[in-house]
Amino acid sequence: MSLLSTYLEHIIKVLPDLIVGSMITIEITSFSLFFGMILGTISGLGKLSRKRILRYLSIVYIDFIRGTPLLVQILLFYYGLPGLYSNVTGNPLSIDPIIAGIIVCSINSGAYIAEIVRAGIQSIDRGQMEAARSLGMNESMAMREIILPQAFRRIIPPLGNEFIALLKDSSLLAVIGVHELLKTGQLYISRTFAAFPVYIAVALMYLILTILISRLVAYSERRLGVSDRN
Amino acid sequence: MIEIKDLHKQFGELQVLKGISIDIKESEVVCVIGPSGSGKSTFLRCINLLEMPSSGEIFIDDEKITDRKININKIREEAGMVFQHFNLFPHKTTIQNVALAPIKVRKLSKAEAEKRAHDLLKKVGLEDKANVYPSALSGGQKQRVAIARALAMHPKLMLFDEPTSALDPEMVGEVLGVMKDLAQAGMTMVVVTHEMGFAREVADRVLFMDDGLIVEQGTPHDIFSNAKHERTRSFLSKVL
Ligand SMILES: Nc1ncnc2c1ncn2[C@@H]1O[C@H](COP(=O)(O)OP(=O)(O)OP(=O)(O)O)[C@@H](O)[C@H]1O
Ligand SMILES: [Mg+2]
Repeated sequence: MSLLSTYLEHIIKVLPDLIVGSMITIEITSFSLFFGMILGTISGLGKLSRKRILRYLSIVYIDFIRGTPLLVQILLFYYGLPGLYSNVTGNPLSIDPIIAGIIVCSINSGAYIAEIVRAGIQSIDRGQMEAARSLGMNESMAMREIILPQAFRRIIPPLGNEFIALLKDSSLLAVIGVHELLKTGQLYISRTFAAFPVYIAVALMYLILTILISRLVAYSERRLGVSDRN
Repeated sequence: MIEIKDLHKQFGELQVLKGISIDIKESEVVCVIGPSGSGKSTFLRCINLLEMPSSGEIFIDDEKITDRKININKIREEAGMVFQHFNLFPHKTTIQNVALAPIKVRKLSKAEAEKRAHDLLKKVGLEDKANVYPSALSGGQKQRVAIARALAMHPKLMLFDEPTSALDPEMVGEVLGVMKDLAQAGMTMVVVTHEMGFAREVADRVLFMDDGLIVEQGTPHDIFSNAKHERTRSFLSKVL
């Protein structure tokens, strides 16, 4: 009984920290998803491009990111690149961990979103492009007006999954000292050694966040879905 | 107005069009019939360059559209196309489907384009459906919107690729009716169709295609009642 109340006490004490950490987690995840969508749209289109060079660049980017662990990418970017910079220039370089986190997560999610975007575009019936072209629209206009808006509706569910995956993966940023949700919990543990209740609390916080996101995705799916039944 | 000289098209090894030559006059209605796989769609799609001819020449109003330097998008503005499966834009309302290309391509103001779109929808009998999405339309209604959408660009000619083949029988009439009106108004039309009744009644000329070639052509009477070629006769005996 006293064990339970000790645990509860720790949870209550750590909760304000965890909420602050959650804010950072949400901030990093949202920014990364936003930039990831831009990168993903560009490289998803690039992979479908008729220009060979664009296709190859996109494939190299997508395959490299998807073929290597995010943890390695984080370490490479946060420690590796500044190391290279100071080896070459002789000057030190330090990057803000949050900024570094957003950059790495953006680049990482961009590669996954690229595949989502590519699949979304390819799922649109060929007749749509033909109809648009037969009305005199050029290719980029047809993409913008006809293909992408339809593809976007279809990619909301997988994009939601990517959002959730990214939110969970952002916990890896704890290793470079970003004070996100996991790290705030760990800092509390290092002061109090209350590993069990705090990690449980951290896990529950992630669970709450991911449930909120799936609700949000389901909602926007419903909002956007109404006009689009063929 | 359309002049086609020795048109060839191949997909890889497959020869689909093997030398098609034909002149089509302004306001003429040409119906193309023939067995599946004979190259009818490919022929039609070459006229607005949805397929690039492998060789041969196509002129529209004396402009050589098979010229490498030509602006393909300009050509496509002049040739409206209606597809078997309508290909309406599902994320746009009926009126937006019709007004979109005039706004984006012809740079009309939204008000002007929508006013014209309204007139066109009225012409195809769908003014009351202006603000619904395609998903709420029947097949026949979809196809009539698709015709209005193509007409909104004020094309010089209209290409129809089996416009009624995907429709339930009771909806075929309403679409053919719109096409008949269009023909009577003097539109130049090339229609790939299995509707022999329509071809007989509306066409100025009927082409029978088989195996990538025009086997025989003539007035509906020539083709349907007096076909000279055995292949034409045997095809017609199967479909009539
Ligand atoms: N993009 C393409 N790539 C490869 N082959 C093609 C392509 N388009 C058409 N073909 C082939 O060309 C041939 C003629 O096709 P086409 O669609 O022109 O025939 P069709 O006369 O319209 O037939 P249907 O009455 O069935 O519509 C067919 O064998 C078809 O498989
Ligand atoms: Mg066909």
